Amino acid sequence: MGSILRFRKLSYLAPVKLHTEKKVEQEKKAVDVPNPCFSPEPTKRALAPTVRRSGGKEWRCMDNCCWMIGFLCTTWWLCLFLFNCLPATLPGFQAPESPGVRLKREGITALHPVVMVPGIVTGGLELWEGKPCAEDLFRKRLWGGGFTEIIRRPLCWLEHLSLDNETGLDPPGIRVRAVPGLVAADYFGPGYFVWAVLIENLAKIGYEGKNLYMAAYDWRLSFQNTEIRDQALSRLKSKIELMYVINGYKKVVVVPHSMGVVYFLHFLKWVETPPPVGGGGGSGWCSKHIKAVMNIGPTFLGVPKTVSNLFSGEAKDVAFLRAMDPGVLDSEMLGLQTVEHLLRAGRTWDSIVSLLPKGGETIWGNLDWSPEENHACDLSKRKPLGERNSTDGNAKRSALKEPVKYGRMISFGKAAAELPSSLLPSLDPKVRRGKTTTKKNSTSSCSEVRTEYDEMNREIIGKIAENKAYTARTVLDLLRAVAPKMMKRAEAHFSHGIADNLDDPKYTQHYKYWSNPLETKLPDAPDMEIYCLYGIGIPTERSYVYKQSPSSRCKSIPFRIDTSVNGDRGESCLRGGVSFVDGDESVPVLSAGFMCAKGWRGRTRFNPSGASTYVREYRHKPPASLLEGRGAESGAHVDIMGNVGLIEDVMRVAAGATGLGIGGDRVHSDIVRMSDRINIRL
Amino acid sequence: MPTLRRRKPADSDKPTTSAPSDDARGGGGGTTGRGEEEEEEDYEQDADNSKRKKNNNKRRRKKKAAAAAAAAASADNKHPALPSEEEEDGRKHHRKRSKWSCVDNCCWFVGCVCLTWWVLLFLYNAMPASFPQYVTEAITGPSPDPPGVKLKKEGLKAKHPVVFVPGIVTAGLELWEGHQCAEGLFRKRLWGGTFGEVYKRPLCWTEHMSLDNETGLDPPGIRVRPVSGLVAADYFAPGYFVWAVLIANLARIGYEEKTMYMASYDWRLSFQNTEVRDQTLSRTKSNIELMVATNGGNKAVIIPHSMGVLYFLHFMKWVEAPAPMGGGGGPDWCAKHIKAVINIGGPFLGVPKAVTGLFSAEARDIAVVRALTPGFLDNDIFRLQTLQHIMKMSRTWDSTMSMIPRGGDTIWGDLDWSPEDGYSPSKRGQKNNETDIKNQDGSDSKPSQTAKAHYGRIISFGKEVAEAPSSEIERIDFRDALKGKNVANSTCRDVWTEYHDMGFGGINACAEYKAYTAGSIVDLLRFVAPKMMDRGSCHFSYGIADDLDDPKYNHYKYWSNPLETKLPNAPDMEIFSMYGVGIPTERAYVYRLSPSAECYIPFQIDTSAVGEDKDSCLKDGVYTVDGDETVPALSAGYMCAKGWRGKTRFNPSGIRTYIREYDHSPPANLLEGRGTQSGAHVDIMGNFALIEDVMRVAAGDSGDDLGGDRVYSDIFKWSEKIKLKL
Repeated sequence: MGSILRFRKLSYLAPVKLHTEKKVEQEKKAVDVPNPCFSPEPTKRALAPTVRRSGGKEWRCMDNCCWMIGFLCTTWWLCLFLFNCLPATLPGFQAPESPGVRLKREGITALHPVVMVPGIVTGGLELWEGKPCAEDLFRKRLWGGGFTEIIRRPLCWLEHLSLDNETGLDPPGIRVRAVPGLVAADYFGPGYFVWAVLIENLAKIGYEGKNLYMAAYDWRLSFQNTEIRDQALSRLKSKIELMYVINGYKKVVVVPHSMGVVYFLHFLKWVETPPPVGGGGGSGWCSKHIKAVMNIGPTFLGVPKTVSNLFSGEAKDVAFLRAMDPGVLDSEMLGLQTVEHLLRAGRTWDSIVSLLPKGGETIWGNLDWSPEENHACDLSKRKPLGERNSTDGNAKRSALKEPVKYGRMISFGKAAAELPSSLLPSLDPKVRRGKTTTKKNSTSSCSEVRTEYDEMNREIIGKIAENKAYTARTVLDLLRAVAPKMMKRAEAHFSHGIADNLDDPKYTQHYKYWSNPLETKLPDAPDMEIYCLYGIGIPTERSYVYKQSPSSRCKSIPFRIDTSVNGDRGESCLRGGVSFVDGDESVPVLSAGFMCAKGWRGRTRFNPSGASTYVREYRHKPPASLLEGRGAESGAHVDIMGNVGLIEDVMRVAAGATGLGIGGDRVHSDIVRMSDRINIRL
Repeated sequence: MPTLRRRKPADSDKPTTSAPSDDARGGGGGTTGRGEEEEEEDYEQDADNSKRKKNNNKRRRKKKAAAAAAAAASADNKHPALPSEEEEDGRKHHRKRSKWSCVDNCCWFVGCVCLTWWVLLFLYNAMPASFPQYVTEAITGPSPDPPGVKLKKEGLKAKHPVVFVPGIVTAGLELWEGHQCAEGLFRKRLWGGTFGEVYKRPLCWTEHMSLDNETGLDPPGIRVRPVSGLVAADYFAPGYFVWAVLIANLARIGYEEKTMYMASYDWRLSFQNTEVRDQTLSRTKSNIELMVATNGGNKAVIIPHSMGVLYFLHFMKWVEAPAPMGGGGGPDWCAKHIKAVINIGGPFLGVPKAVTGLFSAEARDIAVVRALTPGFLDNDIFRLQTLQHIMKMSRTWDSTMSMIPRGGDTIWGDLDWSPEDGYSPSKRGQKNNETDIKNQDGSDSKPSQTAKAHYGRIISFGKEVAEAPSSEIERIDFRDALKGKNVANSTCRDVWTEYHDMGFGGINACAEYKAYTAGSIVDLLRFVAPKMMDRGSCHFSYGIADDLDDPKYNHYKYWSNPLETKLPNAPDMEIFSMYGVGIPTERAYVYRLSPSAECYIPFQIDTSAVGEDKDSCLKDGVYTVDGDETVPALSAGYMCAKGWRGKTRFNPSGIRTYIREYDHSPPANLLEGRGTQSGAHVDIMGNFALIEDVMRVAAGDSGDDLGGDRVYSDIFKWSEKIKLKL
């Protein structure tokens, strides 16, 4: 604003003020001169030089600016115009045919209704009631879409996305709800597709609103709470029943993605359980209504990333950013405390707890052993599957050379990550929650950001670090120690163990077991098919090396990923304090594939009716050129939704094909061997 | 650029630019009035300037080398009178200047505009959200609390789930499968939203919006489907609310997605076809059942608007009819699931506007446009033929036929009589109550008006016909007239309306019949658009039932006609009719033959027909009565005022009915937008009084709690005049 005022003064006031005779005379003449840029008249020629000189001076500052901007704008518009004028397909550039078009030509048409269950984070959330700071955001998206509000009012935004710390439901006066309909998760941000490609391809063979449904739910809530607050499960049940009827009694194909997989697992149990806890669909409901469950990037057994996320609010990327530019994230001057704020908001979301590794040491390995231990990390040097099997011995030998202890999900210091367990200091496996009662007095100085760390004694923090290494089982104890409130709240909704006796009534009666595949039986639906579709070939976080955070003031999180830790050799799995295994960048192969490859394969105690399972892996191929966008053969956790192979599989099944019809298993990774190594009673 | 010019002389004399702050203070003291600080500033600036000057000189020299020859020549050619004694420096300047001249000035201008725009945008974004409201309040005084806030203070809470049924036109449609020309529009809105595609590819757009001429369903290869969810009709276009205000207010007292449902349907289809193609009725049924079940058994409150009223009437019959034609919900489905139906602006008995829409693709507004610029709409040169295209498209939409006036002459009046006789806009009374009406009934209103409007003649050819007593009109029956064949058919290029099949004979026959009442209108349409009416008559019926127990009324084509169906057996249900009054609403038309009758639509509203006195209801060839600008009060109110009042044969279980009228008062100023007291057909959705009524019912109130009837118009008087067996 100031600059405009100044500009105006410059232009209007100056001539009035400077009025010596000479100046006035000149001024008169100058005023007579029409804009010299356009057509200087011959009679005024003599005056021109001076006029022009001064003119030139003025052109220099403001006008040059204007000129530049104008030039850019004009060019931009021209380009935009040309771009719009372009025919949709460039003559030279042949876009690869989409699977939808190809299958349509094959004569495949829509048959079974399709239900999509989005995962965590990708579903949109909109505001229905808010505090005064969010007044004009009614029914606008807080999550998904433009995210412009984060920049405009970050604290307000964070306040509205947080849930109540005690109940895990809405805080008073705030109602944030899931966006319904296909728009909920077709695009996450503008141009960043999630389900859109799949939807578009399905539409090509005849799908539309009546046989395509997005089961959007509030992904921040625990699964049972989505029913309690929004009746999301009831609505899903009613929608499936409706689609079953109006599409000529055709069973539905369910396509859950990421956390939606466990959500739908919860639904399968919920729907057959009698009310009030369950949906009262009766024991034949699933077998009557569901043809297949096509789990994309399933997080059946949890995701190690969640541990670091809950523990210190960071993941590989955050840690990397911190290593690059230590100041930004922790800058106290700006009152940013980004990570702390995020940690606080994230810890009110119960759903994250559903992603903690399940099955404890049996699945994820103990201090010395892990199912993935001879995993070769340099994925570019991996050999095709058959060859690998023949050189199994070699692989083992190399594994001996480089013993990555994946079982130690969190270890403090590199040494702790690599030492044999016998050399580790004696463990006190349970950090007692009782100790945390000795609260620090100085919490009041911790400003408004209060993560639960503020209530912890330094001593205990030290103790935690002394423990050196945590496995999948003890990690839960660790989290219980550092975030007692969150874990107490969430553990009423989720369980992470393995059932000894599945017929124990507690497993069918309490909903907290329903989303854990190791503590529930699949429904009695022998004709139902279960697919595990996931990408492989991308290093995926599996375990972490931590250190105590250097600044021990109350405001910051006392633990951090130790980014200085690297493996000894070039092809080590340990990079930047994180050990990697094969997976889809978020979910390790083990978590995604184990249930389909072994846990449910055949007739097991987890799958008493013998529903058939299929593993379909898609090897990651990065996009060849920028034109391809996120790639048509990607295996990354979200980008896989645009993978043509996967889309084709989903479409074929939706159009009536069976698992065997699309070729049964399709395995590229070591999932079968890893599963064999896991010693679990089936 | 006068600013620059004026500045120059000062600068030329005093090359050091004076600091702006100096000017700001400037009492006219010139250089003498400066403080020292400014002097210092100036020195700095001087240094700066001189540096820049040097740079500039360097640049200029470089440029000079490159551009000297050409530029000099051209410049001198342009200005041959350039004095030769001019300094070298000046010439350089001049060349530079002249190079700036054309493109650069453009750029400069664009840059300026862009900058200003951005600054404004920035300011707008930085502005606190409550600012506009603050300004409005400063100008107009404190605005009343929106009903949501007010009722929340009263302690109202969400209770009954709410179902919205949007009307014709207001709901969005999106593309699911299209032809080549519509590539890239997948799941984009063709209808609603910005309508950007209408301009970009109009023909492609009309092609995709049309339905199949034979079946009234999708044409091959095209699937256009209704948008689902609340977004389907919250805003029609950006900033043009339909349901958004109501939704926002309901949300204040606790409504959210799980307790609100937008029963969007493809409004182009006939009602039964929405079920056949999309299973929309089944989905609505399932959703209502679900919402009732998940909200603790509280019955749903249904809020249909405009054509949605008829659609929901159809639904109520459908849901209780046995499968396969119906939904199989059993005879007490409505009683179990519906608390109240709040019809907003419901065209129960049809809309006269629909007739002209079908007959000549125009309404009052289009007729006015045509009168103002005769060439524009029919422009042959640009191959526009806009109206013909629109007519061709809209005649494939079966739903428009649901709005043709129903009940024939009994309801809408015959050549000499109409229920609204004696209505004059200036005479509209204050709020009547029922006792008042009864008094009026006794004393017959005098028909001795000087210029009595014959509303019964919905279409008359020529003003004389519209005004003459019926005995003087010579009518030649058109029904058996030979249509003949239009020889010029092939010259009409790609636009094809059914008029092209008609010869002059047929067209003249139509005109010779002179005046059409509601009863004969249907015959007329059947004559001029046989295909469309064939299709439509399978889905809609416009008569009055003599014997409602006749089994033929089980056919779905009668379900949306309130005069041919019984209301469901649900004595606890309430039916509200809420509509605006106080706006002149089209009721009857004066037509003429179109001057050039070759490829055009052969009939036009005769905009030259204007009533004599200013009190007349005839303007621009259109007779208007009281209503909400689209639906006459008669159509919106009759069923609730009389047809269903008490236990009648149309309402055997005695469902209580209420009439709530909202007198239109236009927005006081522009800041109010579309007004909070509007009675117009769509704008009424933002009427605070209506919203409050709706919210109270949704929160559990009954019609009597609201205060029963609320009437401004003569609806009861008019209803009494209609002789209908009840």
